[in-house]
Amino acid sequence: MYRYDEIDQTFVAERVAEFRDQTRRFLAGELSEDEFKPLRLRNGLYIQRHAPMLRIAVPYGLLNSTQLRKLGDIAHRYDRDYGHFTTRQNMQLNWPRLETVPDILAELAGVEMHSIQTSGNCIRNVTADHLAGVAPDELDDPRPYCEIIRQWATLHPEFTYLPRKFKIAVTGAPADRAASEVHDVGLHMRRDAAGNIGFEVLVGGGLGRAPAIGQVVREFLPLCDLLSYLEAILRVYNRYGRRDNIHKARIKVLVKSLGVEKFRDAVEAEWQLARDSAPKLPAAEVERVRAFFRPPAYQTLADLDVTFEREAEFRAWYRYNTRAHRLPGYRAVFVSLKKHGRPPGDITSTQMAALATLADEVSFGFIRVAHDQNLLLADVRQQDLYATWLALRRQDLATANIGTLTDMIACPGLDFCSLANAGTINVARDIQKRFDDLDYLYDLGEIEIKMSGCMNACGHHHVGHIGILGVEKHGEEWYQITLGGSVNGFTALGEVIGPSVPQRAVPETIERIVDVYREHREEGERLIDTYRRVGMAPFKERVYAARAAAA
Amino acid sequence: MRHVLRQHEIVADAWRHLAASDDATKVTESLIVPLVELRANRAAWSCWPGRLGLRLSPADKVEDLAPELARFDLIAIEFPSPSEGRGYTQAHLLRARFGFTAELRAVGAAVKRDLIFAMARCGFDTFEVAAGEDLAAAARALNRYTVAYQPGAPLAAVTRQRFSA
Repeated sequence: MYRYDEIDQTFVAERVAEFRDQTRRFLAGELSEDEFKPLRLRNGLYIQRHAPMLRIAVPYGLLNSTQLRKLGDIAHRYDRDYGHFTTRQNMQLNWPRLETVPDILAELAGVEMHSIQTSGNCIRNVTADHLAGVAPDELDDPRPYCEIIRQWATLHPEFTYLPRKFKIAVTGAPADRAASEVHDVGLHMRRDAAGNIGFEVLVGGGLGRAPAIGQVVREFLPLCDLLSYLEAILRVYNRYGRRDNIHKARIKVLVKSLGVEKFRDAVEAEWQLARDSAPKLPAAEVERVRAFFRPPAYQTLADLDVTFEREAEFRAWYRYNTRAHRLPGYRAVFVSLKKHGRPPGDITSTQMAALATLADEVSFGFIRVAHDQNLLLADVRQQDLYATWLALRRQDLATANIGTLTDMIACPGLDFCSLANAGTINVARDIQKRFDDLDYLYDLGEIEIKMSGCMNACGHHHVGHIGILGVEKHGEEWYQITLGGSVNGFTALGEVIGPSVPQRAVPETIERIVDVYREHREEGERLIDTYRRVGMAPFKERVYAARAAAA
Repeated sequence: MRHVLRQHEIVADAWRHLAASDDATKVTESLIVPLVELRANRAAWSCWPGRLGLRLSPADKVEDLAPELARFDLIAIEFPSPSEGRGYTQAHLLRARFGFTAELRAVGAAVKRDLIFAMARCGFDTFEVAAGEDLAAAARALNRYTVAYQPGAPLAAVTRQRFSA
């Protein structure tokens, strides 16, 4: 992975000193809450329902064991012994004390981490495919380019205060595992006829209010032009994005109002003018960064039948929680943060420490964060899988449910977030309880449930096969259900099934939906496939006919 | 007399912003005039003898000014609130694209110590800091970082940067 040099290390130290001074002035009453707000947001610090929330950046989801150990240690000493991983590959602490945040940032700087630009109206943490570097279908590892973008975007002086937040995702494989089409900018690695690396550039995707799928503004951007082109996009956005209405300020609204052709023309015109004054990306710098992402010291191995004569529980875990690796003899292993009864994405300090040790033993000391709120050990030898499973199981990190209905995404919701309209954690728990029988769960196959506690869509509900959106109705928590959303390879936004349902009816509603699927499915069809074939009508009918009968 | 921060120095300000009560024909000192006023009374201002400064609002397009830039001894760019970020681009374009070399001044309620480092990197050399802000603290803020990732306007404190233009 990338390691800080003198410039990076000096920079984070100076950043910590700056924020320490800003926090001191706020606590001394020299800065008002309004003045402090944009400064703390730029360091990932929110003031939440009960306490501040600190969002720590995990650039493109890659951690080494020292960093994960430190996150666990920070959660133990400064918070309540746990952290929460998010859909943008970051980790949140829900209970730090404001006055200790500068110390937390100093501790992070000591392990080459920070929380810069994890919130606020600026370029956010750059995310990537969680299988980068190991996926069999990958064209090239996107992480060196993510790191280059991270550095370029960090405290970019011109793009300090954009109209709204700005998210970039990069993928190096044809299968989009980074939800790149619902990002402000999605970069898809491509090769031209001569074999040179470049990017297809999508702009204007996003969830939240008025969700939109990114549109192609450039089919092939040569690598050397990466920063100048991004700069052109950001400059057009900074100048012409709306600032009068927070709900219309994302770049997707600008793309939509201009139309993609006019938007493209504006970016291309700006790019032609800007190329000379924009930052250059010399081949030597690309090589410097790429060198950090060379493959680890793999052994030459053959594939094994690791499940032979093993117990059913291990076989299920192998089937659901591991993925193909580009090299024979290895597997990528999901660490499930979706144990039934636990908030999705939560992990304790003890689990973090144990996982760091396990990563050192079986996966070259690296851990990845997936955007679906699980972790990964990406490079496990097949001969080590059984021991890995035992070690994960001891830590309650081996729930064999990845890709199933209970592997759901959920934002923290009303329990923590001051923006939320409704709870998510208790709804997730009730759904997990209803679908606790693993054989039933496996029979249902691959189902993605994604849940957000408000329109901001941190839980990506628009792109869940089943989406759940919390809404407030007469002071009560109600839930709007959507069907047909998808983000993995084929991006589609879900359709609302009908009127929202009260909290207690959510698990039953989900069950009715899967019942319809079970009755209609054809051989090999997932719920999303059946939905696409038969349409909304049978699902709608079952959900509301039953409700009408009950009323 | 008002003081401003020019590069790292606190200096008395020789400039004044046009006030509603001013009779432009009688003012002779260095005067900063909003673009909208210059456009409205083009003929009068074109033969005005004093040193002329231009004041830009966030929505003003700098490329429209390119042919007349040589007329101005100063351009002031407004930062009415911290969330208004267009001024950074206006400054960058004036310096990097249109070759404006005279004084570039940040004005407005958001011109405070926590923002001026980024402003300086975009090409501002003078800061008319907000009322109540400590000028000496603002001057020190120009030394907050000794490194930068992006290319930017030269700043004494910044000795290393990752990317160059």
